[in-house]
Amino acid sequence: MSQIHLELTKVGIEFPTPKGPFCALQNVNLKIKKGEFVSLIGHSGCGKSTVLNIVAGLYQATTGGVVLNGREVNEPGPERAVVFQNHSLLPWLTAYENVELGVKRVFKGRKTKAEMREWIEHNLELVHMTHAIHKRPDELSGGMKQRVGIARALAMEPQVLLMDEPFGALDALTRAHLQDSLMEIQNELGNTVIMITHDVDEAVLLSDRIVMMTNGPSATVGEILDVTLERPRNRLELADNAEYNHYRSAVLRFLYEKQKKVESLDVKRAEKQLDKNVADKAKSVA
Amino acid sequence: MSSKLVNLKLEQLKAIKWRDVVIGIFMPMVGVLAFILLWHTAAPNIKTSLGDFPQPKQVIEQWGNLVDEYNTEQERAAVFYERQEKRNAELLAQDPSAKIDEREFNGRPTFFDKIETSLFTVLSGFFVASIIAIPVGILIGLSQPLYSAINPLIQLFKPVSPLAWLPLVTIVVSAVYVSDAPMFSKSYIISLLTVSLCSLWPTMINTAVGVAGVSKDLINVSRVLRLGWFTHVMKIVLPSAIPMMFTGLRISLGIAWMVLIAAEMLSQNPGLGKFVWDEFQNGSSDSLSRICLAILVIGLIGFLLDRIILLFQTYVNWDKSAIVR
Repeated sequence: MSQIHLELTKVGIEFPTPKGPFCALQNVNLKIKKGEFVSLIGHSGCGKSTVLNIVAGLYQATTGGVVLNGREVNEPGPERAVVFQNHSLLPWLTAYENVELGVKRVFKGRKTKAEMREWIEHNLELVHMTHAIHKRPDELSGGMKQRVGIARALAMEPQVLLMDEPFGALDALTRAHLQDSLMEIQNELGNTVIMITHDVDEAVLLSDRIVMMTNGPSATVGEILDVTLERPRNRLELADNAEYNHYRSAVLRFLYEKQKKVESLDVKRAEKQLDKNVADKAKSVA
Repeated sequence: MSSKLVNLKLEQLKAIKWRDVVIGIFMPMVGVLAFILLWHTAAPNIKTSLGDFPQPKQVIEQWGNLVDEYNTEQERAAVFYERQEKRNAELLAQDPSAKIDEREFNGRPTFFDKIETSLFTVLSGFFVASIIAIPVGILIGLSQPLYSAINPLIQLFKPVSPLAWLPLVTIVVSAVYVSDAPMFSKSYIISLLTVSLCSLWPTMINTAVGVAGVSKDLINVSRVLRLGWFTHVMKIVLPSAIPMMFTGLRISLGIAWMVLIAAEMLSQNPGLGKFVWDEFQNGSSDSLSRICLAILVIGLIGFLLDRIILLFQTYVNWDKSAIVR
């Protein structure tokens, strides 16, 4: 439990803009232990997603770097599975086939066909999706899609599970439901998880540690809060728990007193720059 | 109370159905009938060197004539083969080791043979075009540098008329395609190549646009899974690009069919284009009505080809709820 599993050292990233390079992140340092559940919280546009994307290998840090199990991360890979905010399931594949795509990639040669089948079904069972195993995403509700997205990530047996506002697009009831499922799974599997959220309750309920980020540009880690609430946690019992409320107000104070949001359009613009480059390509082809 | 409500609902349903009937069946009929009436009344006023412009009635008569011609040819063929068989049997009876000839009946191609030739030519031209355009479209859609390299060529050749390609293709084919026992006639090869050259571009461009427009989220999924190039193309790129690809294929097939008629006229490929040309040169009193008939048949076949591709698209597309029109 105590050894360092994932380490971010002096991570910084600059995006090129027409007005010169824009520094989105600077000097982000973070050490994560195996089996730890870490939340990143901060105002929108502060670079939470950018941190996650750097860990995922989807973005390359301009300075510093990420080391996972003693090896530097410089490209995406299934050992750092991502649960995307908008599920990102392939719409032409069923729930089963979506999970299968990753499983085939990761366990090729290590599992027989029957074992893979069992493994896929097991993972869909973990997220309670056995009843809709052969349905396509357009036949599933938002919450169900996100469950399949989680199953797809879990089935890759990642060393780190990266979740980018996994429940952000869901209604409050579905979200609570999925949070409970996630805690249950986490209890069983003991994954190392980095989750981005902007929901204070979600952060306190799920995390072992909450990493609070300062506002951009040049965002960095502001404070880190250790959450030592006993597991398994129950949202109803915690509602009146003094310790829980203490954590909650600590996060709130950070977000609304120390890092009061000054809306800066530049930040968003720069964050979208990479997306735009891809979109431009599509447009110019058209 | 509730029965009243049900009645109201029923009436509403009825009303909606009526509207559908009017829009879906009645109005198209009105359009066609109005056209026929206009044609019928206007035609006698157009005096040509071959007599009055034909009325719908005369065009339909020509259909009957063409069917008769076809039947006559069929009979002649049957008689020919019967005679040949008889002759060969007699020869064999006289001398069992006699060499016998099996000859094909060499009749005139009828209107229906010409339709068949045209369909065969257009489909082979379209096939050749697609087999080139789809892979190239995928490649240039995936790679921006490659796209930049090929785009000028696409833009340059896309607007070129089939009539400009034809002389060039004719001369090149005559020079290159030399064989003592050619499997295909030169006119067929020339028409095929001209059709391919003109129908290549829409499929290529649309495939490229579809491929380049794959959602960034799905590309990220592919990157995280570290899918190989081939799996990436088959599982992520192609399914996303299919709607755009079929839009291109439909435009291409439409162009191919249009180009074919012109190509057949000039290359003398014995299809519908040659039929129209021959009637034009023939200049008999039936010629105009036969050309009118050919135009209607050409239009109808073009329409059917488009529908077939649509059916194929619905079959291939993963999104069965997609509205295709």
